[in-house]
Amino acid sequence: MEMYKADVVIVGGGGAGLRAAIAVAESDPTLKIALVSKVYPMRSHTVSAEGGSAGVKLATDSLEYHFNDTVGGGDWLCEQDVVEYFVGQCAEELTQLEHWGCPWSRTPDGHVNVRAFGGMKIERTWFAADKTGFHMLHTLFQTSIKYPSIKRFDEHFCVDLVVEDGRVQGVVAIEIASGEFMLVEARSVIIATGGAGRVFRENTNGGVVTGDGMALAYRHGVPLRDMEFVQYHPTCMPGTGLLFTEACRGEGGFLVNKDGYRYLQDYGLGPAEPTPRNKAMELGPRDRLSQAFWHEQQKGRTIEGKHGSVVHLDLRHLGHAKLRERLPQICELAEQFLGVDPALAPIPIRPAVHYTMGGILVDGLCAAPLPGLYAAGECSSVGIHGANRLGSNSLSELLVFGKVAGVEAARFARSVAPGNSASLLKQAQAVEQRVVGLKTKSGGTERIATLRKEMAQTMEDGCGIYRLAATMQATCDKLDELKARFRNINLEDKSSVWNTEWLLAIELEYQIDVAQSMAYSAINRRESRGAHQRLDGFEQRDDVNFLTHSQAHYVADGAPRIDYGPVKITKSQPGTRAYGAAGEKAEQERKASHV
Amino acid sequence: MSESQKTIEIEVLRYHPEKDKEPHKQVFEVPFTDDMSVLQGVQYIKDYLDGSLSFRWSCRMAICGSCGMMINGEPSLSCQTFLRDFYPARVRVEALSHFPIERDLVVNIEGFIEKLESIQPYIIPKEPRTLAQGEYLQTPEQLNAYEQFSSCINCLLCYAACPQFGLNPSFIGPAATALLHRYNVDSRDGGKAERMELVNSEEGVFNCTAVGYCSEVCPKQVDPANAVNQNKTNSAADYFLRFLTPKGGAK
Repeated sequence: MEMYKADVVIVGGGGAGLRAAIAVAESDPTLKIALVSKVYPMRSHTVSAEGGSAGVKLATDSLEYHFNDTVGGGDWLCEQDVVEYFVGQCAEELTQLEHWGCPWSRTPDGHVNVRAFGGMKIERTWFAADKTGFHMLHTLFQTSIKYPSIKRFDEHFCVDLVVEDGRVQGVVAIEIASGEFMLVEARSVIIATGGAGRVFRENTNGGVVTGDGMALAYRHGVPLRDMEFVQYHPTCMPGTGLLFTEACRGEGGFLVNKDGYRYLQDYGLGPAEPTPRNKAMELGPRDRLSQAFWHEQQKGRTIEGKHGSVVHLDLRHLGHAKLRERLPQICELAEQFLGVDPALAPIPIRPAVHYTMGGILVDGLCAAPLPGLYAAGECSSVGIHGANRLGSNSLSELLVFGKVAGVEAARFARSVAPGNSASLLKQAQAVEQRVVGLKTKSGGTERIATLRKEMAQTMEDGCGIYRLAATMQATCDKLDELKARFRNINLEDKSSVWNTEWLLAIELEYQIDVAQSMAYSAINRRESRGAHQRLDGFEQRDDVNFLTHSQAHYVADGAPRIDYGPVKITKSQPGTRAYGAAGEKAEQERKASHV
Repeated sequence: MSESQKTIEIEVLRYHPEKDKEPHKQVFEVPFTDDMSVLQGVQYIKDYLDGSLSFRWSCRMAICGSCGMMINGEPSLSCQTFLRDFYPARVRVEALSHFPIERDLVVNIEGFIEKLESIQPYIIPKEPRTLAQGEYLQTPEQLNAYEQFSSCINCLLCYAACPQFGLNPSFIGPAATALLHRYNVDSRDGGKAERMELVNSEEGVFNCTAVGYCSEVCPKQVDPANAVNQNKTNSAADYFLRFLTPKGGAK
């Protein structure tokens, strides 16, 4: 087996992984970095992020506002000390990206421009038209080429971590082009593999978003935290789930039902005004907007479409010129995929799964409980999103915490000696034998596409926008069944070169583990908070019993064990989460009570 | 007959280096609906008809650049090419032209990655600036000068379209030249002189014979032919300048 000795290995070449790699390189150019990614870095799912990245910019804004929007938006399930650090770093990191060449959209006098986003008191979303993730990713990828200490292993698929002497000491990966295994030794490991939205049927995510890193850490005893919180983005393409950015509403778009009525005013988000008001109506938070869609559907006020019920995203009043300038990709998507010119007709949309708030448990320095292991970005749960992520915070997160993870992993690498190569290799060979066994075994009857589709359907049925004990239980049972049936899979392709059927099988096994952590965490949370909403007697938030992080622990051949950990509250006590006029009133009352 | 019963034939160029001496075609019959992309058709084959078919894909929305293929002979992103545009006729799907096939629809793009790495695709600051000094000022007009060239998704359709790249794989080619140009004309950058050495070299822009097909197939309106041609002018100016200035041109 081929071996490569690095000091720090990073799994995942998206925004967080690239930012981490650059941070390691800058903090200590003598450290050898291995960047292992199952796709070429610029194919990573960061590329699909559209609307923008949050960082305080305007004189009227403040770090306190960004903190309050984030913590309130997360329904108080955030680590407040981590949020405080985060909001303090965002603007600097975004400026760093500007220095590296990111083509941020500008004001006429040449400063970086900001736009409004959902749940935000003051405009603070830095944007590059509506291709912000694309530009950030390409900027990071291209900048990473400057650093000779970053050695990339593109199209290398990570299949396991190597743990010895109580700390992680490397990873085992498959070179996709040859099917050969390789051991990458390292003194610290950063996981930056993104989310797991593909475990759901209708989602905005790219095919690569299969929770690989989450499952790897989880199987080695690291808890997955807050996995029940899965974000439905309110404005997605029916059928495919492709995303129409929140910036559509930030720029002034309306959401209307079958009667042309701006229905959000019926759900505590009004009053409806002709121009967007921050934290009201269409600029409410994503969880509330997706829930409002569900209620409209129940009331029969949605429109029946070929791929389920829809409402309309109406951008016509923005006009052709502004749409082309601010939302060019949205115009292309609407035209090419739906045959709709947004300047002339409304876009049919419905909610789809978009983001996993939870992830690998890490502290504020991105360190997991397993020594030497770090995680950053969507795969991690550093604690800033709570029960519902604010739009624009995820791109900033991958910069801020990608850097932290890089600096910390570099520090850890310097503090420990290299491992015992011979014994690490022995472990890697055992991994190879197990993983090769998936394709060489005979006698199986299950088709992986069938299992994958059943998984995605049961997640949608049981863990959707609103949840019930009975359907969540059915989902848990179904996932247990799928896990058992996975042992009986049959692969048609037994070959080595570019065997993507084999890789899909490995991904499916990751996905089933991650899906279990979501479903079991969900059924055990007997309250409603943020993106976890129940209709079976637990409709209210319950701070007495559930102001607490869920932690799913992996159990081989069984259901995950769920326990709970404390939430760090520093300066914002849990309050009523209100938006629109009600939100403004609540804020005034809060201020008055502090005088 | 309901729509779900309609089908379409997809002819795929197969090649497996462990089994095949040369590529061969295979035809699959796939259910057809009028909103299906070619990518969805190919995914159907993999999921239900032949699990051994290999191809790259991810975002499904024409931004990750993974799923480029020849579709009826034209370099195309399979996620934004729709079966309805061919139905009821058969659709032919092949690996991108001018690249070595690794397997089925997967081509080897390492050569392009090396070119991308060679052009110094990052800001070489004209005037270094600390983070404490904040952002560089860049007006919308200055942004406009390079924005289009920064929109390249590296899908490589332009290389599959470029006859010169087909003849000479070491030609730097459309996308890498567009990216080089993108940094050269960025108001924050001062690295043009270093990059122009590559433009002027044997593998540089003068290989281009101005066919323009690269810009035609570009799914993001990057217009790489325009970048190549602007650099021909730059390169020519550079050539003459080197007789006038002590240390060569482009300073």
